[in-house]
Amino acid sequence: MSEEQIKNLETQFEARIARDEKIEPKDWMPEKYRKTHIRQMSQHAHSEIVGMLPEGNWITRAPSLRRKVALLAKVQDEAGHGLYLYSACETLGVSREELYEQLHSGKAKYSSIFNYPTVTWADMGAVGWLVDGAAIINQVPLCNTSYGPYARAMVRVCKEESFHQRQGYEIMIKLTNGTPEQKELAQDALNRWWWPSLMMLGPTDAESIHTEQSMKWKLKRKSNDDLRQQFIDQTVPQAELIGLTIPDADLKWNEERQSYDFGEINWDEFWQVVKGHGPMNKERMKARVGAWEEGEWVRDAAMAYAQKKQERKQKQAI
Amino acid sequence: MSDKKNWPLWEVFVRSKNGLEHRHCGSLHAADEDMALENARDVYTRRSEGVSIWVVESKNITASNPENNGEMFEPAHDKVYRHPTFYDLPDEVKHM
Repeated sequence: MSEEQIKNLETQFEARIARDEKIEPKDWMPEKYRKTHIRQMSQHAHSEIVGMLPEGNWITRAPSLRRKVALLAKVQDEAGHGLYLYSACETLGVSREELYEQLHSGKAKYSSIFNYPTVTWADMGAVGWLVDGAAIINQVPLCNTSYGPYARAMVRVCKEESFHQRQGYEIMIKLTNGTPEQKELAQDALNRWWWPSLMMLGPTDAESIHTEQSMKWKLKRKSNDDLRQQFIDQTVPQAELIGLTIPDADLKWNEERQSYDFGEINWDEFWQVVKGHGPMNKERMKARVGAWEEGEWVRDAAMAYAQKKQERKQKQAI
Repeated sequence: MSDKKNWPLWEVFVRSKNGLEHRHCGSLHAADEDMALENARDVYTRRSEGVSIWVVESKNITASNPENNGEMFEPAHDKVYRHPTFYDLPDEVKHM
């Protein structure tokens, strides 16, 4: 194809997206569109998969059967969400093995929030309430993104995710209504998860390198700073309602803006974690790669068994 | 990694309730058709979204190519006589 033809196709392509038409896997698309989508969707899928680890940590120690079934179901949902997203990613011609390889080698990123440890039961409350809360804010606009398979996966994800946040908040309510020690656990979890949750919505607009192009492709509908403000405005009253204090001395309602002003985010910490120096980066990758490698014989055995069954069937047919 | 090791890709179709058609809802990897069905149940019907599942190995699907959409679908565009509104009837005939 000549350069002019490509230019022409690109113009038509941008016009389709501007008209809110969806792009489907076999449609022509600019290489950059394909690459950006593989990057974002796989990063999203990896986050779901790694996101199972901090919560899996508490399944066997959940304080009641009610909490245990809920946590199990949530972690299972996360596996499912990872699978929807990997499948959507594969429609762009990248294989599952390549995607795993990118995660395991550290080439692909996942959400920085999962590199923090879950040290008490209250962390299950804080993660559901804050981390899933922030994720929902990020994900709802993606239900209308331009790439069909991604948008469809996100519709399913968002439908399932709201229980995640509610079960987390319920854990916090229970703890804040409990003994002074339990209330202290809840406050401590909020103290540790608040700032990482704000960071999770991504670098400030001024530093976000992909925002402009992603907005055009509807891969992003609101800027990181707008999403963060929305998250804060929504979460502060929820904390007040259950008697918890947001760990930010500068947090103040701004009557004029009808929004909360908030303190400085420690972006050095954010970039440290992104670069692999968070408290749990090594541990998470070790668990993930370990699960993949130790599961290899199971995958191979399943394949061998499938082949044997197939051969047996063929023999019977003769 | 050799091809032999990798589980093939399957497309999943789910009937949400009797009376409705099976609809494509996504794909997954599985070693064989039995495992594909089991995985489809776990991945796509965790909240009673279905009463029946079809799985078909993705490589067995033949798909039209959007690049040929012109010759494939445009011939139908100028055949308005296939639609009821093409035919003129007197106003007195209220329903037909």
